[in-house]
Amino acid sequence: MGKFFAVVLVIITLVSAYFVVAHTWWMPVDISVHGPGVDHQLDETMLGSGILFVLSQLVLAAFVFMFGDSKGARKMKKFPGGATPLVIAAIVLVGIEILTLSFVGSKVWAAIYFTPPDPNSLTVDVQAEQFAFYFRYAGPDGKFGELHPDKIDDGSGNYFGLDPANDLAARDDIVVGSLTIPVNKPILLTLHAKDVGHSFFVRELRIQQDFVPGLVIPIHFTATQTGKFELVCTQLCGLGHYNMKAYVEVVSQDDFDKWLKTQSQ
Amino acid sequence: MSSTIYKRSTPAVRKIEPSQTGIWVAICAIAMTFAALTSALVVRQGASLDWQAFALPRILYLNTAILLASSFTLEISRKRLDAAGVAAGDAARSFYDATRYWLYVTLALGLIFLLGQVLAWRILAGQGLFLATNPSSSFFYVLTALHGLHVLGGIAGLLYAAARVSRAAAAAKSRALSAAAVYWHFMDILWVYLLFIIAVRM
Amino acid sequence: MDQASAQPVAHHHAPPQGFIRKYVFSLDHKVIGLQYYGLALVAVVTGMVLSWLMRIHLGWGAAAIPLLDKLSPNGAPGGVITPEYYLSLMTMHGTIMVFFVLTNAPFAGFGNYFLPIQIGAEDMAFPRFNMMSFWTTFAAFLVLIMAFFVTDGPPISGWTAYAPLTAVGKDSGPGEGMGQNLWAISIALFCIGQLLGSLNFIATTLDLRTKGMTLARMPLSTWAWFITACIGLLAFAVLFPACILLILDRIAGTSFFVPAGLVISDKLQPHSGGSPLLWQHLFWFFGHPEVYIAILPAIGIISHILPTFTRKPLLGGMRVVTGCMIAIGFLSYMVWGHHMFLSGMNPFSALLFSVPTLIITIPATIATLVWLGSIYGANIRFTTPALFCLGFISVFISGGISGFFLAQPSIDTYLHATYFVVAHFHFVMGVAAIFAIFAGTYFWGPKMWGRMMNETLGKWHFWLTFIGVYGVFMPMHYLGLAGNVRRYSAFTDDFLIPLIPVHKFITYSALITGAAQLIFLYNLIHSRFWGPKAADNPWEATSLEWDTTSPPPFDNFGGRHLTVYHGPYEYNVEGSRGDYVMQTSSEAAVEKT
Repeated sequence: MGKFFAVVLVIITLVSAYFVVAHTWWMPVDISVHGPGVDHQLDETMLGSGILFVLSQLVLAAFVFMFGDSKGARKMKKFPGGATPLVIAAIVLVGIEILTLSFVGSKVWAAIYFTPPDPNSLTVDVQAEQFAFYFRYAGPDGKFGELHPDKIDDGSGNYFGLDPANDLAARDDIVVGSLTIPVNKPILLTLHAKDVGHSFFVRELRIQQDFVPGLVIPIHFTATQTGKFELVCTQLCGLGHYNMKAYVEVVSQDDFDKWLKTQSQ
Repeated sequence: MSSTIYKRSTPAVRKIEPSQTGIWVAICAIAMTFAALTSALVVRQGASLDWQAFALPRILYLNTAILLASSFTLEISRKRLDAAGVAAGDAARSFYDATRYWLYVTLALGLIFLLGQVLAWRILAGQGLFLATNPSSSFFYVLTALHGLHVLGGIAGLLYAAARVSRAAAAAKSRALSAAAVYWHFMDILWVYLLFIIAVRM
Repeated sequence: MDQASAQPVAHHHAPPQGFIRKYVFSLDHKVIGLQYYGLALVAVVTGMVLSWLMRIHLGWGAAAIPLLDKLSPNGAPGGVITPEYYLSLMTMHGTIMVFFVLTNAPFAGFGNYFLPIQIGAEDMAFPRFNMMSFWTTFAAFLVLIMAFFVTDGPPISGWTAYAPLTAVGKDSGPGEGMGQNLWAISIALFCIGQLLGSLNFIATTLDLRTKGMTLARMPLSTWAWFITACIGLLAFAVLFPACILLILDRIAGTSFFVPAGLVISDKLQPHSGGSPLLWQHLFWFFGHPEVYIAILPAIGIISHILPTFTRKPLLGGMRVVTGCMIAIGFLSYMVWGHHMFLSGMNPFSALLFSVPTLIITIPATIATLVWLGSIYGANIRFTTPALFCLGFISVFISGGISGFFLAQPSIDTYLHATYFVVAHFHFVMGVAAIFAIFAGTYFWGPKMWGRMMNETLGKWHFWLTFIGVYGVFMPMHYLGLAGNVRRYSAFTDDFLIPLIPVHKFITYSALITGAAQLIFLYNLIHSRFWGPKAADNPWEATSLEWDTTSPPPFDNFGGRHLTVYHGPYEYNVEGSRGDYVMQTSSEAAVEKT
């Protein structure tokens, strides 16, 4: 029975590890400036944890294989040194790994959250609601209009609750259902929720941030490749949560300027 | 292979009264609940600018005095029970009577406290401050209601202790009364703390 | 102070007469323990069926499931699960499993039965509170199940019930009306049941130990139950007011969790000023210790059972594993923010929470290494409980390692709310803790109902389950790495559609593994009534529960007041006559030279 356990466990371990090493299912290509930091952190953690995983499962398998009941034939042994070397090993090895990962990881985190947005950023206001994302550009005047929740009227397309009649700045705001941004330009998004909690996740941008009702949360990034990418909601928001998505189109600066011009008309 | 170090031994296990352990454990849990509510209060007050302070009904201070007085009378009751324990015959009986008497005084004061709390609510309602009116009033009602419910529990405990005093073994009487007393004093201290928080924050 | 008896006497009552007193409103901790176990069994079957429905829907979204349209015409018209029904199945699955299975069986179930026996007491310190705690928990379960039968169905907000989705009432979605109310009331009741239970465990452990049973000689399972009770006392004391505040927001118009200006279902909500993050903080301050409440008894049970089948004590004796459990318990209160890295709380707090989260890895690693090191040089008896112990070590490693990723905010930026998280918590809670429940059942079953369980069936159960759970949950890591978002009732996004074959594989594994549990159920029921009679100590184990009949008499030890002379894991002690020395044996052990 012990031998069978060992064999099964070894097979499970190797198969599990194979799919990771082969990147059979993996993160998509990274298209953000801060992304390589996240990916590197993941790779390092995967390497360290992967080795620990494989080693510990193989050790378990080996010990179970070797130390089945010998019915008195084999004398019992105690692990050399008892618990002390194990405790020390755990504290030292895991401790070092924790310190390294924390240190490097905090830099990655800081790159996302502690660096102020570039003053030349393109700002887009993002609203999440049950069950869609809407994006608002400031328009030629460069100013965003005020939001009035009581004026929201999805039927007429006034998703944000703008009041163009009384609010000059709101008149030229551009509201669209997909996020078009220029490549290699710093982008600042201001996230707010209309109803319940939502979350902003674009895999390729390595960005994820909750929308919290009552708060306006800024996030910023720079996209490094053009293309069409999916933005999905990752905070359970109701029955349409699975279907709540939008597209992020990263285009060249020229294409973006053209697009913006057509939107402003 | 060697493992044990000692010869057979039976070290003494310290005897602690379960009802005492139980009441202190309960106090920890109750304290934690009110700590959670205190943090909720602090966070909520800082989350938005809509917090409106209001004048506390003066009767709250009278209620506090009554509750503190009830702790005193409870201690008198306990002293009588201790005296009853060492006296004999008629003297013992009169000490037991005194124990019960002071217990009932404590109970009465406790009930008056609760009535006073209800009165405080009526005064606030009269000023238009209800549960949902403002976050400050919400917390006021929640904290006082929860405390009041726990005081009711304490009253039940005191009634139980009073019933025990009428019956058998001396130890059982004093166990029940001790536990109920610890709880009751905690209700006191908790109320003073809540009043402080309420007064400072509202 | 009562000096008359050698220890405080908890049993003031004579053995009960009559069916109701004996089996329904019983004050006997053994009956109560079995009642909790039985409730957990009903709950786990319910939760598992819910998970099958979920998995079938995820693999085959348009599938019409037979009978479902009869059971739930609103939720599954024509037998096809609607998106909201999927979410309500998911919410109930999580709530039932976390609360009514994982907090019940390893802690309230086995703990109630065996804690008093393992410390040599006749019963718990407060038998009446004990009975109340079970029936409160039972009532909580009934209230929760009622949510299936209200018009709008159960809530759709997940077991985490984030505000404002849950705080505004039925505007935010189906099931968010009465269903969510029932959920909140159920959980509030559950808190009270747990608090009463924890009270009992703590007082009993501290005050009712028999002569010679020092804290250092308590078995590791008792230590685990004690530490868990301490954690639970403080954790549930926080969840309770959170539920009260949630109920008030829903029905009394307060605004603890709901800010101003929300437009839900085209209605401007009347609340203002509340903070959704406040709910998250309160919930996770409870929620994180809760998962350690689920795993610590498992760690204790495995640590208790393993030495019996390796025939040697754990390395480092009592001190190392107990120290790990205490460290885990203590640290568990400092890490709740790791569920909220991306929640909008101050990003600096994320780094602060990340550090203790990573540090918890250390005692968990030490415990794992101790188990591994204790197997070294052993003579393992491969009984079913032993296999589940070994399997536990494997799945605990698998589940723990994925935590290492999620503990780092920079990586959580990608993996948060993906199937990677689902893989992680299912491995540690849905597999490891369940393995400990199985190990406990096979180990203690003979003691509880005086009959041995069938070993062949047990082994089949183990192998199918062990391989099966890897088939179910290991692929979820890969899905998470690919960015597969969780809590989706269907996969319509471009990048998710290619992953559906993986989901189908998982579903097949889940159904097969689920079917394998029928072997366990059959074994349990059959051996309970018709299994071969069990001896007092069929496993040749040392702790106090094996020094009495199977099952134990009403007062646990037949009137004997045991004296304890030894620690709990004296297997293969040098100089002893047999290969084990019972705790109550007056045989002296040899001085170590």
